Amino acid sequence: METREMTCIICPMGCALRVTRDGDTITVTGNTCKRGEKYGIQEMTMPMRTVTTSVTCRGGDRPLVSVKTKDQVPKEKIAEVLEACREASVQAPVRVGDVILADAAGAGSDVVATCNADAV
Amino acid sequence: MSCMVDVAIVGGGPAGLAAALAAKEAKPEAKVLVIERDKKLGGILRQCIHNGFGLHYFGEELTGPEYAQRFIDRVEKTDIEVWTDTMVLDVSQKREITCVNTELGLQKVEAGAVVLAMGCRERTRGALNIPGTRPAGVYTAGCAQRLVNMEGFMPGKEIVILGSGDIGLIMARRMTWEGAKVKLVAEIMPYSSGLNRNIVQCLVDNDIPLKFNHTVTAVNGRERVESVTVSEVDPATRRPIPGTEETIPCDTLLLSVGLIPENELSLAAGIQMDRVTSGAVVDETRQTSVPGVFACGNVLHVHDLVDNVSAEATLAGAAAARYAIDGPKATEWYAVKAENGVRYTAPQKLSKGASGKAELFFRVGNPVKNAAVEARCGDKVLARRKKNIMTPGEMEKIEIDLAEVQGEVVVTLV
Ligand SMILES: Cc1cc2nc3c(=O)[nH]c(=O)nc-3n(C[C@H](O)[C@H](O)[C@H](O)COP(=O)(O)OP(=O)(O)OC[C@H]3O[C@@H](n4cnc5c(N)ncnc54)[C@H](O)[C@@H]3O)c2cc1C
Ligand code: SF4
Repeated sequence: METREMTCIICPMGCALRVTRDGDTITVTGNTCKRGEKYGIQEMTMPMRTVTTSVTCRGGDRPLVSVKTKDQVPKEKIAEVLEACREASVQAPVRVGDVILADAAGAGSDVVATCNADAV
Repeated sequence: MSCMVDVAIVGGGPAGLAAALAAKEAKPEAKVLVIERDKKLGGILRQCIHNGFGLHYFGEELTGPEYAQRFIDRVEKTDIEVWTDTMVLDVSQKREITCVNTELGLQKVEAGAVVLAMGCRERTRGALNIPGTRPAGVYTAGCAQRLVNMEGFMPGKEIVILGSGDIGLIMARRMTWEGAKVKLVAEIMPYSSGLNRNIVQCLVDNDIPLKFNHTVTAVNGRERVESVTVSEVDPATRRPIPGTEETIPCDTLLLSVGLIPENELSLAAGIQMDRVTSGAVVDETRQTSVPGVFACGNVLHVHDLVDNVSAEATLAGAAAARYAIDGPKATEWYAVKAENGVRYTAPQKLSKGASGKAELFFRVGNPVKNAAVEARCGDKVLARRKKNIMTPGEMEKIEIDLAEVQGEVVVTLV
């Protein structure tokens, strides 16, 4: 049996949740509404996050291009995605939405540009 | 050199861009000019590379640069004129703008209407009076954000952050993700003005401690910050409690202690100001006390959601274009007062004889649970909203029908 305390982030109420996993059953208490239960279960089983960072830009009008994971990635993969971005670089021009790294670090999402960079 | 435009917009951040687009849409024949001191449009959003923008406005979650780019793309599809790298030095009561540009030198612009959209700047250490030495390594969180996200420069390795507003929280995660160790976020208040989501995803996810009722009481070090002293404060007086001092070794202190609307131009133009918001006093069209001069976005009052900035700027831009083309409308106003737990409202006045709906933005002074807010005119309740929770960090709004306004309006908790 495993119990975790967490704050529900779905709305400003910020209910203090207590999530317990006992074998295959997960129970959430402390939530005021259904959405809190769903959040608690997700956080206990497979917490997901969007990673935003930047990548070196070559030959552009700016030294860095900001990027994000197009979809959320498992929380435990964040460090690997960041590392892959740190090692990557991109040649200008870049447009919002350009894929910078396909399936970055095998975390299940492309990393895409979130700003434009013009070539100089 | 001198030129004439219908609508001149000072500032090319999200507020200025939305105002320009709305002006063009309201009066397609209007000549609209945006003046921005930076080399690029987009304002502060250019450095806010995290996501969480646009959920209300676009119905999807965008990063700051993406949100800005959507507006920039729209502006580029119109004949809105844009001057970047151009600093506005003065706006007169007659709506004459003086600006300077490295290429063209001093310029004068005569505008039919002006929209002020200069945004805000961060409070600095000077405004805070932290005792101790003045070594290198003290930055505002926004300045650090710019260095890290736009220039690729890390301000330090071991960080303490003062203030748990959203910018401080976001930077705690950012610095950690870039390899720094954030040792503590100290918050003088008993609560954070930041979003729960940021507390969880920026601090809890990265095991960064957050201490409420704590502040930095000294910065130590000669050339570079070597440590900061953190003390507990008495929640009633917010004064440090002697004997609670703790020294935390670090090389960098980030300050995230609030934003101040950038209103030097407004003050010089003699615009009536609101002491609580530090922004102009405006009516429902966001017109200031100087006819034909409008204000919107963070220069008017500090917004936490850029979505609200865009919505507000749309009102101001459209009204400015109508003023420039059709001439003045309102000449008399009713006041809007904030009472009983409501710290301020924007707008602070409403035009007599106006019709349609208007949203009154407001903030509460302290967190309240299970409360309701009412907008009243005399004995008549114009609108009432119940909320499970309201916090000072989240701007709230209440919608009223302007046709029902026959006198002073009061916005109050009940
Ligand atoms: C450091 C920082 C971080 C922030 N992070 C977030 C966040 O994470 N999420 C969020 O929702 N909100 C954030 N905000 C709030 C954010 O500022 C607003 O959501 C929004 O950007 C405000 O838009 P604006 O157009 O009013 O101001 P700004 O974006 O500040 O734009 C104002 C523009 O006016 C220009 N300007 C000013 N004076 C002059 C002049 N004299 N002449 C010519 N141009 C001038 C400036 O260069 C700037 O481009 C942050 C604010 C700051 C200061
Ligand atoms: S449980 Fe429901 S009410 Fe509580 S914070 Fe989550 S979404 Fe909000």
